[in-house]
Amino acid sequence: MEAVLFFVAAIGALGGAIGVVAMRNPFYGVLALVVHLFSLAVLFLLLTAAFVAAAQVVVYAGAVVVLYVFVAAYVGGQTESAWEPIPAQRFLAPLLGIALFVELSIAVLASSLRALSTDGPSVPAGFGNPAAIGNLLLERFLLPFEASSILLLLAAVGAVVLAGRRGAGGDVGSPSERFAREPGAPDGGEGVGAPSERFAREERPPSGASVSTLNRRVASEEGAPATSPSRGLTS
Amino acid sequence: MNLDWYVVLSALLFAIGATGILLRRSPVVILLCLELMLNAGNLALIAFSRMVGNQQGQVFALVVMVVAACEVVVGLGLIVAIFRRRLPLDVDELRELRG
Repeated sequence: MEAVLFFVAAIGALGGAIGVVAMRNPFYGVLALVVHLFSLAVLFLLLTAAFVAAAQVVVYAGAVVVLYVFVAAYVGGQTESAWEPIPAQRFLAPLLGIALFVELSIAVLASSLRALSTDGPSVPAGFGNPAAIGNLLLERFLLPFEASSILLLLAAVGAVVLAGRRGAGGDVGSPSERFAREPGAPDGGEGVGAPSERFAREERPPSGASVSTLNRRVASEEGAPATSPSRGLTS
Repeated sequence: MNLDWYVVLSALLFAIGATGILLRRSPVVILLCLELMLNAGNLALIAFSRMVGNQQGQVFALVVMVVAACEVVVGLGLIVAIFRRRLPLDVDELRELRG
């Protein structure tokens, strides 16, 4: 029974991981990640880590994946160009991955950890349940616990600073106006932004097709010319 | 199940994630592959914690989860900021900082 469960979950985890790497649309990649994470939670349960399994489902499938879905939908399904900057990258990368796997397997299996080829020692009944983990977190590992909470706070502040909307005005004008309106814009906007912005507007629609068609439809209903679609929604 | 199955599975997942980082050029997919690698590390940590028979490896895995969440938040914030400036979302185009 345990072996069946292990192999089902392992196949799920492997399939999810391969799906993340192979899907061309990032949105489907995120959905493959959900399969991967749930299979990993089953594996954690098999390893008697109940609290970590629950945290995996809640934190990853509940919060992180939702964040990914929002960003993938916001950025839009951009398929990568077939142009390869490094020649034979498509064949070299899997070879290096296989080499890494062989190397890791040799490092683990040829080590002198004899306990690895057993089922592990028998553990008491409360092994890995929330009470035991909570005891460890709040008594022995109190300092790392607090440090990780400070890290979470810093990450939240950093995300607001990075992705927050500056100058909460409605529409954003032309790029030069926009940089003039943002004096505190980091990284020297004009030098970096100007050529790439021209690139972005001429060669690549700045957002997913659905947003721009929506805007065009709205603009045509209002009878206005559809200049620069999707600017109102994306910025 | 012997514990070496778990460890070999985690090595395989780590290798798949590393392959994805080498192969793909969209920053969103690269972050997803980083998640794969961190989760493979978590699986190895929990397998070794089961092998030793104490729970400190599980606490370590929880801290890794916290770090992964922070990395995701900052990385996705960067992606949104890049997208707002209408820069191309391709790690080969974003090479301003290359020496």
